[in-house]
Parts: sequence; structure tokens; C-alpha cells
Amino acid sequence: MSAPTATIQLNVNGDDKSVSVPPMKRLLDVLREDLQLTGTKEGCGEGECGSCSVRMNGELVNSCLVPILQADGASIETVEGLACDGVLHPLQQAFLHCGGAQCGICTPGMLMAAKQLLAHNPQPSLAEIREGLAGNLCRCTGFIRIFESVLSAAASGAEAGKQEMHAR
Amino acid sequence: MSTLAKNRIVGASVPRKEGVNKLLGAALYVDDIQREGMWHGATVRSAVPRAHIRSISFDSKIDWSEFSVVSAADIPGENHIHMIVADQPCLADREVNHCEEPILLIAHPDKRKVREAVTAVHIEYDPLPPVFTIEDSEKQQVVIWGADNCFKSFLLEKGNVDSVWAQAAHIVEGEYRTGAQEHLYIENNGVIAEYTAETGITVWGSLQCPFYVHKSLLAVFNLPPERVRVIQTETGGAFGGKEDYPSVIASHAALLAMKCGHPVKMVYDRIEDLAATTKRHPSRVRHRTALDAGGKLLAMDIDIATDGGAYSTLSSTVLSRATLHSPGPYVCPNVRVRSHAWATNTVPYGAFRGFGAPQTVFAVERHMDEIAAAIGMDPIELRRRNFIHQGETTATEQLMREPVILDKLLDRALAESDFYKRRDKFAKDNAQNPIRRGMGVAAFYHGSGFTGSGERYLNSLAGIDVTADDKVRVLVSSTEFGQGTNTVLTQIAAETLGLDYEDVAMAPPDTGIVPNSGPTVASRTVMVIGGLIERSCLQLIATLRDEASLPEDFSREEFFAACDQLRKARGEAVSLCRYEAPPGIFWDDQKYRGEAYPAYAWSVHVAQVAVDTVTYSAEVEEYWSVQEAGRVIHPVLAGGQIEGGIAQGIGYALYEKVVLQNGRMANNQMTNYIMPTAEDVPPIHIFWEELPFQHGGFGAKGIGELPHDGPAPAILNAIRNAIGISFNSIPLLPEDLFAKLSVQGKVEEPATV
Amino acid sequence: MRGNAAEHELVAPGSLPAVLDLIASAPGQWMPIAGGTELMVVFAAGRLSANKLVNLWGVEELRFIDSTHDELVIGAGTTFSDLRASAAVATDFPLLDRAAGWIGSIANQTRATLGGNLVNGSPAADSSPALLVYDAEIELISVRGKRRMPYREFHTGYKQNAMTADELLYAVHLPRRFAQHRQYLRKVGTRRAMAISKVALGATALIKNDLIDEIRVAAASLAPFPVRLVQTEAALAGKSASVDIIQAARESLLAEAQPIDDIRSNAQYRKVVGANLLEEFLRHLNREPEPR
Repeated sequence: MSAPTATIQLNVNGDDKSVSVPPMKRLLDVLREDLQLTGTKEGCGEGECGSCSVRMNGELVNSCLVPILQADGASIETVEGLACDGVLHPLQQAFLHCGGAQCGICTPGMLMAAKQLLAHNPQPSLAEIREGLAGNLCRCTGFIRIFESVLSAAASGAEAGKQEMHAR
Repeated sequence: MSTLAKNRIVGASVPRKEGVNKLLGAALYVDDIQREGMWHGATVRSAVPRAHIRSISFDSKIDWSEFSVVSAADIPGENHIHMIVADQPCLADREVNHCEEPILLIAHPDKRKVREAVTAVHIEYDPLPPVFTIEDSEKQQVVIWGADNCFKSFLLEKGNVDSVWAQAAHIVEGEYRTGAQEHLYIENNGVIAEYTAETGITVWGSLQCPFYVHKSLLAVFNLPPERVRVIQTETGGAFGGKEDYPSVIASHAALLAMKCGHPVKMVYDRIEDLAATTKRHPSRVRHRTALDAGGKLLAMDIDIATDGGAYSTLSSTVLSRATLHSPGPYVCPNVRVRSHAWATNTVPYGAFRGFGAPQTVFAVERHMDEIAAAIGMDPIELRRRNFIHQGETTATEQLMREPVILDKLLDRALAESDFYKRRDKFAKDNAQNPIRRGMGVAAFYHGSGFTGSGERYLNSLAGIDVTADDKVRVLVSSTEFGQGTNTVLTQIAAETLGLDYEDVAMAPPDTGIVPNSGPTVASRTVMVIGGLIERSCLQLIATLRDEASLPEDFSREEFFAACDQLRKARGEAVSLCRYEAPPGIFWDDQKYRGEAYPAYAWSVHVAQVAVDTVTYSAEVEEYWSVQEAGRVIHPVLAGGQIEGGIAQGIGYALYEKVVLQNGRMANNQMTNYIMPTAEDVPPIHIFWEELPFQHGGFGAKGIGELPHDGPAPAILNAIRNAIGISFNSIPLLPEDLFAKLSVQGKVEEPATV
Repeated sequence: MRGNAAEHELVAPGSLPAVLDLIASAPGQWMPIAGGTELMVVFAAGRLSANKLVNLWGVEELRFIDSTHDELVIGAGTTFSDLRASAAVATDFPLLDRAAGWIGSIANQTRATLGGNLVNGSPAADSSPALLVYDAEIELISVRGKRRMPYREFHTGYKQNAMTADELLYAVHLPRRFAQHRQYLRKVGTRRAMAISKVALGATALIKNDLIDEIRVAAASLAPFPVRLVQTEAALAGKSASVDIIQAARESLLAEAQPIDDIRSNAQYRKVVGANLLEEFLRHLNREPEPR
């Protein structure tokens, strides 16, 4: 059997989008396949690794667990929306400087989780960073330089307000 | 040499070469890539561990005319994945020897439909008795491989161990076991393959060794080398898990591409990758050790057994490294190591960071603490008394020609961790505390590069070229998968040529473009390939001076002008070098004697562990690591390698268990295969002692695998220190601690508060 | 990824009455999906048998935290992030606040709902022990109206509950009477974050004149569903937390608990650790309570 498709309106990184897809299609797959935004990755499909993390209406979600119908009308931020006119976001700058990315596959989700953390807590403690990133698995770094990257970004004043150029 | 100052780039933490792309989310991993007209492939796998295949039928609910199906009968060349021995079938034909063994391949334009089709293939089996453990394989009552279930064995002998037992003051025995470990790269295995009659096969994929895949495809398809092309895509983690396995998935995708006439993408989901691909070899290591009254080692008798799974893949080389690392960083006049790799009906085990050393370093470093306890000596002192030094010989009679500074590394590790102060404090505090703390140490080496004459055999070719738009390209088949290949090799080239870091790029990791500089494994890249790049650059400068008027002291502009001149004369400006072994490297593969490795990195780890007597969980609270690995080319990258390796080692020790039921991984989801999260990793402090190694690129030795050897023994030594109970098996889960520790129903008088 | 989205209908009637009407029109046919943190995992594994799903996410009538004089009422659509952000929960029901922080990661907390956690009915459910020791009441709703029952009667078997085919879980009621109770909640997982519970224990106790006047003890993963340990409570009621009583309570828990061996842990470990957690709680009773 083939279920009917739904027409879904989304705002992604400041751009209005419309897709016609099965309502159960995962937000992750809509981003990657229908919108060609392949920055967001699939690592597990179970909501365990966080490499599919995006911000939806200002909250962090695992996009592999969101059926697209539930994202109708939502404002989505992905890694593609972080840099502005080719200028790296302070988080991206910090990750580059401090070695927060090695193989890079966890990085998009990690950046989203870090952005979410700093949006609500611009000067987090190390314990708060650990908690904020606990849902994003990195197999390469052992997390140490990711913590340093976030601390560095926080020290340079990278809270969300300054970089909200695209999201509503 | 250029007028620009030396050591501006090497030794500095320049930005990761491909870093910006990764941070933008613009780096293209294989599943981000589409090819026009692409189909999707999937694999039908064995549900049983060992059987004859009786029948295969296709459910009529599926319209099979839409699909392409490939079986062993479709293989044009040999039905074998060539690694070392050609025993692993590309597709099972009449029998299966492990759960998840690939039997059929299916392709369809719709990736959802192809997954449904997999479940619509019905296979009937006539089961055969399976073998699941080292012990059962050793018994040889059921023979599942070759004549005797043994993939490989080694005998390493120095002196005469049996002459020593009678007069030894102490004899200590122990048995140590390590479980399987999954790489858990966050990007699953995946490839895209194309086949055309004109160009042959092209494969893009997540892989470490393009030329391994290339060689493997030649055999499966019976094609000449120029008709197969392998290109690495951005690879999301590997750790050895993409050293040999990609030859399997690449063959599968290429077979489907050939059959259906379209490009085919095969990307595993986590469920499949966990269940069906390689993992670290489980091991059982037995030690019997003789010491004199002063605690000096007189004899080490070591028995190693690894579980290789159903096919040999890399089991012989893993066993080799396990054997050569088993005596530890100690001098001992009499050593015997007997090692065997055994076949079982489980998914074949393969390469994983450390490659046999984590297994036997765990054993010897745990055993040293057991010896210390048995003879009443401090484990630190016992190690000091037995450390190997420059001028002494190893178990293979390799003379340590280079300085060996284990004492200094140990001193520094003890100082940085405040080892004795902490250990004494915990000894006082533990009795009154439901949390019991302890300190543990591990000392070890890791041989850099291929064993013995391996590098000679690889005969690596590498170098640089200079393009007409003034770009230097590093020409290597060494790949980036997070560890920093791109950055370090371009650093070395830029430094040697006196150019800017931005002037140098990596040529695409494409077998159609780059020479074969060997696989990206064995912690060889910076040391061996970096050395080749350095030589190639110097060779180019010499050529430019000879043939293109390059002045003695040249500027960047003069360099590129000279290259233009060379290119006009020769058609290209390229400089390649072949590997040359350092002088005096001699290895006897039959007697297992001589220079086992061209270089060694040395390290001491210290772990502080807390054992919670309420939950029986052990956690690492803090961790220190001191290492000597030649020259540090890039401090941030190097530090990242150590920290990442330690985190994986902590997982190996305390969290990561592969649960097998009937030979199949039952916990094949990330929710049940547990790696440490950001809340679990302890603070990790790393320290370097740099002694430049003259035969390594810019003085570097290998570091990628070194850090994974230390955590398991350091942690279990700390647990022994904390609670006075020996644990000799990893992963050590709370349930295992509980089994030894639990005292049911007994309540002690609560401490007065 | 083994699920095929094209094979599942997902409809969003929008309002709660419209959802209830749909469910009543074909009882048992429409599987409710809230935050999806359980169902989407099943879907991705290719094991979602339900072809028809009805969306609860965004049904505002289900997402609320209302404070009355006597109780806190939490809508079933309330997420764990909502719970963590609520001052009322943190003040009056700190164990629930703690449990909410256990649920997966930040990304899972923003989507996992209290109702989903209870209806999914895992014996390891993170919110359950806290709700049990707070005497929670469940409110169910259908086109036929609302009804309430003690939460401890909600689970009737392994992954079975007392809801009829046309009912939804509407709200959880928490009576505001635990301000003076000593409270304890601890989860034992495979790691510090993102861990399914191997065993968890919650307890509330009212101490009067050094005696345990009221006691509630509840556990996850010591039975086919989250339960109050009534025999253990009986061993403690009216007693002081002496060495002998602690011992008796341990023995009672060990006898009462019925854990299983599974992929995460084994029954013996779960039992004994459960007893250890109980002992840890009881020893705390002998100390001065921490200032609130």
C-alpha cells in the first residue's frame, strides 16, 4: 500500500521550503534528499549518536526521530546555516583552532548541540558543556578538544544572539 | 633552501587542511554523493553460523523483474576477497561459516524497496556443528577451517626458558582475556560503484586503503589494473575498520553495478554494520614468569590465542604484532612466546587500532602488577628494575640503538599525576567510603610501521608534483580519516620546500592519480610516508637547481618559476621517491628474530579509578599519559590522537562488550553497544618527551595506535589497587565486579557522621 | 534505515477532541505518536507494524503543567525539557525533575513526552519510580469522558496497561504532600548519560520521632513493569532505620524483586544493586536532611 503524501512547509536556515513527501518521512531524510542539505548526517537512526542533530523551533532535536509532518511550519537550523556569507561562526572558528573536528562526521550535529547550549547558557561550565553534548557521540577526539572548542567560543562571546542572522 | 625561516610550519598547529569543509558541513561523505541513474544495493546474509545452503527461494509478493540479483555464480573472476590468504568468499556459494555471511546481493532504484526485498528472500539451511570459542577451536574436535582450525602460529624464542624454572626465586602465573571490540566509527561502511565496458570499474567509498580495494577488485573481476579505479571519499572515522572490510563491500557494489548496468550505492545502516563487519580479535593470553629474589625477570613463557572468526583476513599479522608486543618494555634473558590464531564460526575479526598489541599489552601489564603483589614489591619498582634501555636487546634480539627513556617517562607520569600522594590518600580514605579509589600504571611500547621487512615488501612510492597554477600536490595513497594525514603531509612538504602551508594541497586519493604509497595503517604514515615526502621535496629542489636555475637561497616566486621551467623541459614537474629501509634492519621471518620494527614509540599511562561499592561500577576519574614518539609535527593533532585513543581504550576496558548469541552480535544497536559519552570521559592530561627519530619524516615516529595500548591495563591495575581484587578480563562491567564483590544481605555498622 | 515512510499513514487531526473522535471511530487502528523517540526507532529498524498513526505532537491541550493548591497536573504531551524547566516540578517534585534529566540527551528530552514514557511501558521507564513514590494518579480520556486511577494500577503486565482501545493518557496528577518527606532517586545505567536503566530505585519517607511514618519504595527493572515494593515498605513502616531493619528491608527487597536477565544486565545484579540502593537511602535517613 502507498500512503498519501503531505505538503509540508518549512523554514530552513532562513529560507522557506515546501516539500510533498510521505508524512512519516524522517526530517533527516527530507533535509538530505529533498532539500539536498547533506550536512546533517545519519550515524545510527536511533537517536543515540546525535550526528543528525538540528535545531527545530529553537530546540535541539534528533532529526532521525522527527516525522516530517511534525515539522510542518517549523523553523529548522542546520549546520549549513551557521556560517554567514562565508564567514565562519565563532563555534566553527573555535573548532578549527582547537582541534574539535577530526573525521568531521559528528561535527555538524556537535556544532548544533554546542550552539543550542550557548544560546541558553553563554558561559557554561565544563560540567554543563559535558551535559549539553552528552547526546553527541564522537569516536575520534575523546571529546577533550571539543570541550576546549566550546569554552573558547564562549570566551569569545559566541552566544546565539550575535549570530542569529538566518533563524527566525 | 628558501630564505624563509625553518620550522615555521612543522611543529605548529596549523589549521586542519580539510577542516573548513568539515565545519561547514560541506565535506562529502559517500552517502552525501549521488551519481546519475544510481541504484541502491543491499545484502542477503546468513541467519545461521555454519551450514550448507539447501535452497534459496524468492517470495512472489515482490516483483523481482524490477530488481537485479547477484549470486556467487555472477562473479567473473575469483570468488575470494584477497587479503593475505584468499579464503574469504566474496559471496557464499554452497556453505556459510558465520552469521551475517553475505550470500546474495540485490539492487533496485528505490532504496526503501531494496530493503524490503532482502526480507523476501527465503533461505533454507542444513546446519553444521559450529565452533564459537578459542577453547572449542583448539580442541579440534570439530574442524571448520583448514586441517586444524589454526590460521597461523608463531614461535618466538630467546635463550632457554625451561632452564630457569628450577632455580627461580619466584614463579608467577596468570591468564588474561580480552573481548571483541567494535570500531564504532560514526560513519557506517559505504561505497558507490560504477561499471562500464569502456572504463571498467570505478568505486568511491569510505575507506583507508585505496590500493587494497583496487587489488581485491582485480581478482574478483579478473581485470587488469588500469581498468579498476578506487577513490576515497571523505571518511567518517575508520580505526582499522575500513582497512580490509571495504574490499568486501566494494566488490559487492561493483558486482551489482555490473549486473544492473547502473551505478550502485551500498551504505550500511548501524544495525548491519555492527552485526556484519570486522571487530577487534578476542584473545586469551597466559603468562608464566620466573624472577630472581630481587625481582629481576629471568624467564617469560607466554601463550597467546586469538579468535580470528570464520576467515583468516588479517589474523596472521594481528597475531604477529600481538606476539611481538607480548613481553612488554622489559629486558629478559629468556623468552618464549607461542601464539595461535584460531578459527571460529563468527564474523571474521580484522584490523583495529593497535592490531594485537592492546590484547597482549593488557596481559603483560596486568601480569606485572600480579607479580608485584605475589612477590611483595611495589609495581612501580618492579617495572623500573626491568625496563629495557638503550644498548639492550628485546625478545627478538633487536638491539635498542635509539635512546629508550622509560625511566624518564615513568618519573614524569608519576610526578604529573601526584601518583604516590593520591595512592596513599586513597588507601587511608577507602575503608570509610562507599567509593573506593585507586591508582594504576601501564608502561608499554608500540612498534611504528610494518613488522620486519614489511615496509620493504610494500615498496612504497610517494612524492609531489607542482601544477601550472603554482600548487604543490602531495601524491600519496595515504588517506585522511580524521587522524590528520592531509595536514601533516602538506606541513612537511611546505616546510621542506620553504613555501607557505597554503601552497600545498593533497592530490585526490584516487588510484588513477596517485602512486601506491601503501596502506594507511600501522602508524606508518607520518614516519614512513612523511619521510618520503621530505625526500621528494629535497630531490625536487636538487633537480630544480641542476636543471632549472634555482638559486641556492630561493624565494617562493623563484621556486614556482623554476618549476615552470622544468615543466616546459620535461612536460611535468614531479618528484617521486621509493622507500629505502634504514641501514641495519634485518628480520628473519622463519626464526622470528631481528629488527621487529624500525622504530618504537614509548609511553607510560596513569589512571585514577573510582569503584562504587553500591553499584559495582568503575569509572576513570582522571588520566595521564606521557609519551616519546619522536618529533611532534602538529601538537593539536597529535594531542587529539592521544586523547581519542585513550577514550577508545577506556571503552575497551570498561564499557564496550560485544554480546554474541549463537555466533551473532545480539547488541547490534548503539543503544546497547556502549561507548563513553561526553559525560563519561575523564580529564586527560598528556605530555610529550621529544627525541627526534632520524629515519622518520621530520623526526616523527608513529602515534596513532600507541595510546590505545595503555588504558585497559592501567585501569584494571588501578581497580586492583582500589579494592584489592584482581580482574584479568575485559571488558570489565559492573556485573563482573559484582560477581566477585557482592556480599548479599550483609550490613555493616554505618559510619558515624 | 529499514522503514518505508510510504507505507505508513500519519494524520494530524489537530485538536484533542478530533484525535479522540478518530481513535473512537476505529479503536486500536490508529497508533498515537507523540515525540517519536520510541516509535521512530522501531520504524527505522523496519519493525513498525502500525500502518496508521495519529499525531499527538503539537496537540496543545495535552502539553501543560498546571498548579493547583492540592496538586500539580502534568499533561501527557509535556516533554522532559518542559519538566526540567518548571519551577513547580523542581520545588515540589524534585525526583521527577531529576528523572527528566536522565532521559537520553538534550535532543531526546525536547521530544520525549511524559505520556509516551508511561504508555510505552518499559519496565525501565525513567519517570516511573518517581511517579510511583509520589502517589501519582493517571487521568485517561476518550470520547466517553475522563477517568482517573492510581498510577500504580496503570501497568497490568509487561508492556500492557489499563487503557481501553479508544483511550489516550491525558494527564498525571501529583498530590502536593511530599514537602516534608525525605526523597531519594537513583538510576544505575550503562554509563552516565544516554543509558537505559539497569535498575532504578525511588523512595519517599516521612520521618516522625525517628520512626518511618510513611514509606514508599518503587523500582524500575525489578519487575515486568515499574512497581511499588509493597513488602519492602511493610518491613519498614513504623520502624527506625536501624541496622537490623535495614537488613530486613534488604532481604524483603531481594525476595520481592523479580528482575530478569537481558542484554543489558542480569537478574542477580539488579536485585542486589536494588538492595544496595535501598540501603543507601535508609542510611541517609539517619543523617540530617540536606537543606532545601
